[in-house]
Amino acid sequence: MKYMDEYRDRTLIAGLTKKIRARAGRFYTFMEVCGGHTMAIHKFGLPWLLPSTIRLKSGPGCPVCVTDQSYVDRAVAYAEMEEVVVCTYGDLLRVPGTSASLYDKRGEGCDVRVVYSLLEALRIAREESSRMVVFLGIGFETTAPGSAVGILEAEQEGLDNFCLLSAHKRMPPAMEAVASDAGQLDGFICPGHVSTITGMGIYEDLPRLYGMGCVISGFEPTDMLESILLLVEQMEAGRPEVAIQYKRAVRPEGNLKARALMDQVFQHGDDTWRGLGVLPDSGLRIRPEYARYDAEQRIPVEVGPARENAGCICGEILKGQKEPSECPLFATSCTPVHPVGACMVSSEGACQAYYKYRRYA
Amino acid sequence: MCLSIPAQVISIQGDTATVSFAGNQYQAGLHMLNDVKEGDYVLLHAGFAIQKISDQEARETLELLREMGELD
Repeated sequence: MKYMDEYRDRTLIAGLTKKIRARAGRFYTFMEVCGGHTMAIHKFGLPWLLPSTIRLKSGPGCPVCVTDQSYVDRAVAYAEMEEVVVCTYGDLLRVPGTSASLYDKRGEGCDVRVVYSLLEALRIAREESSRMVVFLGIGFETTAPGSAVGILEAEQEGLDNFCLLSAHKRMPPAMEAVASDAGQLDGFICPGHVSTITGMGIYEDLPRLYGMGCVISGFEPTDMLESILLLVEQMEAGRPEVAIQYKRAVRPEGNLKARALMDQVFQHGDDTWRGLGVLPDSGLRIRPEYARYDAEQRIPVEVGPARENAGCICGEILKGQKEPSECPLFATSCTPVHPVGACMVSSEGACQAYYKYRRYA
Repeated sequence: MCLSIPAQVISIQGDTATVSFAGNQYQAGLHMLNDVKEGDYVLLHAGFAIQKISDQEARETLELLREMGELD
């Protein structure tokens, strides 16, 4: 078992699509919340395998895409400081800020380094003790525990030249916003690796309040098709509920140790999402006891009002209201090499998924 | 961003493990897990092992799908 190829079996895929076709007694629209699911759905060509009764929409679960532009502007302001090293995940590099991206700034000689893990940023801080390392902490509940570990390690070591600019977010408030806003969704394909950390409890309001099915799904084709089948079966039976398809990686209670680390360092606060605006309690903010490691407290910067690019419809795409191909900029002035909007930048963005796999479809 | 890959633990050094995926080796922080052993598969996300993969659940999922196919 390698836990990947086994779930790409042609016979199993054919059996599942046949079963979905037979069970779906009406039209259904499901939203895959996670950007990883969006990418996998298009990579494996699932829209072509599914019957016409099933429609899939991309949701707000791509961290780079939903990161507010003023966050990028703030990161750019840090990059411009001589004494600062900005460490970031690669995805954020090309997101356009109001005046420049981090990529542009690196081209101008600013010290912007791409790291795969926060542990690398800690190593850089140890090696360059005379400079301040600012780590750009973006991501949902999957990524936030790692940032918490970083802050706790820095505290334990007495590493004073490390801090984190948190745009970490919680998934459920955005799903509720989309559920109450759209009104045409029958269910969610819930994010697999967010749930690995949080468990299934975070979704329990959605079936009750909005009558929507919720299935926590893995990322291989049979995983996603089985999740769609489970959603169809829930809706046909009139019993929407929270279920786990991705049992090999998701325990009902999640990862308790990771949850405890996250709760120790972060508290809930209002946060701004691209496309969705300010959502109450949707952000993970660094607790006051760890203010030394909070970039906003440590190095306050003023940034001007953010100016989004005219014509970009990222916001509507993130809410599932429009598809990338409906954007006038798509694949013309907005491409992965010269992205205008965040959904084209990210390797999990809906626009990049469409560009890579569906442009000629 | 929330991408995680199933990687096998090759060796453990304190809080860190050397893990292998598709012939490449990576370092993974073990801060979020207890009782990880050499040979286990873990989900690797942004430099951390975020969960052990349950071999039993993995097999049961496949078994269920195969049975479903045979019933048709």
